[in-house]
Amino acid sequence: MRLWSIIKPAFWDHEDIAAGPRKHLFNFRRIWRMSVILTAGVALAPLVFMILVDYNVSQRAIEAEINYQTSRLVSNTRRSISFFLAERQSALNFIDKDNTYPALGNPQRLAALLENLKKGFGGFTDIGVIDHTGLQHAYVGPYQLTGINYSEQDWFKEVLGSGMHVSEVFLGVRQQPHLVVAVKHDLAGGTFYILRASIDTQKFNDLLAEVEVSGKGDLFLVNHEGVLQTPSRFFGAALEQMPLTVPKFADKTTVYETAFQDQPLVVGYAYIQNTPYILMAVKQKKALMKPWTETRMKLIWFLGISVTAILLVILGVSTYLVSQIYEADHKRVMALHQVEYANKMASLGRLSAGVAHEINNPLAIINEKAGLIRDLFTLKRDYAEDPKLLGLADAIVYSVERCAKITQRLLGFARHVDSKPQLLDIVEVIHEVLGFLGKEAEYRSITLSVDVAPDIPQIESDRGRLQEIFLNLINNSFAAMNDGGRLAITVGRPETDFISATVADSGCGISEPDLKRIFEPFFSTKTGKGGTGLGLSITYGLIQELGGSVSVQSAVGKGTEFTLRLPVRMKPSGESENESTTGG
Amino acid sequence: MKVLLVDDEKELVTTLAERLNLRGVEAQWATSAEEALNRLQTESFDVAVLDVKMPKVDGLLLKKQIQERCPATKFIFVTGHGSSLDFETGASEVGRDYYLVKPLKIEVLIAKIKEALQR
Repeated sequence: MRLWSIIKPAFWDHEDIAAGPRKHLFNFRRIWRMSVILTAGVALAPLVFMILVDYNVSQRAIEAEINYQTSRLVSNTRRSISFFLAERQSALNFIDKDNTYPALGNPQRLAALLENLKKGFGGFTDIGVIDHTGLQHAYVGPYQLTGINYSEQDWFKEVLGSGMHVSEVFLGVRQQPHLVVAVKHDLAGGTFYILRASIDTQKFNDLLAEVEVSGKGDLFLVNHEGVLQTPSRFFGAALEQMPLTVPKFADKTTVYETAFQDQPLVVGYAYIQNTPYILMAVKQKKALMKPWTETRMKLIWFLGISVTAILLVILGVSTYLVSQIYEADHKRVMALHQVEYANKMASLGRLSAGVAHEINNPLAIINEKAGLIRDLFTLKRDYAEDPKLLGLADAIVYSVERCAKITQRLLGFARHVDSKPQLLDIVEVIHEVLGFLGKEAEYRSITLSVDVAPDIPQIESDRGRLQEIFLNLINNSFAAMNDGGRLAITVGRPETDFISATVADSGCGISEPDLKRIFEPFFSTKTGKGGTGLGLSITYGLIQELGGSVSVQSAVGKGTEFTLRLPVRMKPSGESENESTTGG
Repeated sequence: MKVLLVDDEKELVTTLAERLNLRGVEAQWATSAEEALNRLQTESFDVAVLDVKMPKVDGLLLKKQIQERCPATKFIFVTGHGSSLDFETGASEVGRDYYLVKPLKIEVLIAKIKEALQR
């Protein structure tokens, strides 16, 4: 609160009580608020929009890149595994084709072939020949498996159907994970035999381990039931159940997103054809997105700092500009007050000069008469009971009466400055005003006339304001006329509820463009000659306050005619009529 | 020493003339420019004391008209108007010292008349 009281701009609590119906134009807090909102909106909206679009596009591009990399990794690895298995199947096929059935039944020959397979391809641990009844009649390897009958086993049945078989990884009697590859060879007479070899899965594991997987990733094989065929970094050893759902069959490499223990994962998989294996690459999305997340954080920081800086600048500039407007308005109001004050003082000065002139003449007479009495007493001794002294005394009394009349008129003006509406005679008011200007009219040979219609009622109005209105209008007319001019005031009653008063002069007139502006404040054609441009605007305001209206007609070189329309009964303030101006 | 007083206030000029006469200054009066010029047709005056503001022809114009007929006449202006503009205009015509504001002191007026004659 204390800081706020220090930084609070001057206009914040400003209330212009005198602003009138356009008060909202001077509501500086509202101007400031609009300025901040509009500027901030215009400045920040495109920035935020572009950053959101860029954020979205970048995120999508990075996700697409992750998907593409995962998909490529899975595809390449699947090709390697397929090739690995196909290579071994082809080797068995070659042996099968290259050797006769009896030769394969020879243990020495079979041992030599196993040795060649180990050397040529690696991974082979044993090899056996099974006849069409399922009996393994020849076997070379680390175990004693000769004579075992496989006829009831699933793989045997599969080989009968498809001619070849790649087994899932299993422990078997040796308790080591391994898999089996078998190929069928048809013999003449409808019989057949099967060549079956075991492959150590270590070769398999090595193959997958060599592949570099980004994003703390994991690459492994599962069977269709979700049992791990190779060890996984995160989901367990071979032959354990994988915790993830087995992905549904797809003939192409597929990438999808899932979650495990609240960790978002990117999973790529491919079903390896003619095998029970599904190759899965599982990557942690957070790790993959880390570079992007870091960049995003930098972007958010940058955005935050930018937005803060822009807002600070906007707040600063708006506050500065509105403060300047406030200051300018403040100065304008001050200047207006000063002009009004100067105008009042000028009026007062003119009034004082007029009054002084009016009073000084009778005072001079009093002075001379009194001086003469004194002279007569001092310079002549024979004026004891001279009737002349009586005449002199009468002259003094008469002059004093003249002074009294002037001061009464003056007081009449002063008394009505703050008066309230009252019933009054408009003609009386006009004569009061003319009483002040009569002497000037006489000196300048200006003909004054007041014509009054017979049915003029007393009106409810403000005497002080009416006096000021007529004084302003008649003064203006005097200023517009040369010596010997004519000023005619006509009072009529055009409507039942209104009376009219027309002040017509034979002055220089007002041009058409000026006529439209004469009631504007500060509009003056007497610039540099003492005109403030406020006289008619004040008059206009006063007429409105009395619930009346004013119109003006003028012809350059012929004269000007102001017509006041005043209500017989005053309306409540604020219901005044508008003026109309017409050239003539 | 003959003085002509011109002022539209008849009561003023008549009383002033009488007071001057009592003090040995021969003074005559007129209440308008026309009347003053008529008097000048038959006689001449050493000093003219003129009111500045008068109907129809004011003191400044009357001064010019008198000067045309009697170039030797000296002038004193008298005014009831107290505005500074009025004072400056009048004072520039006859000099600051010969521009008097009503009401007048008779001694001052006589002193100014004498001063004017010696100019």
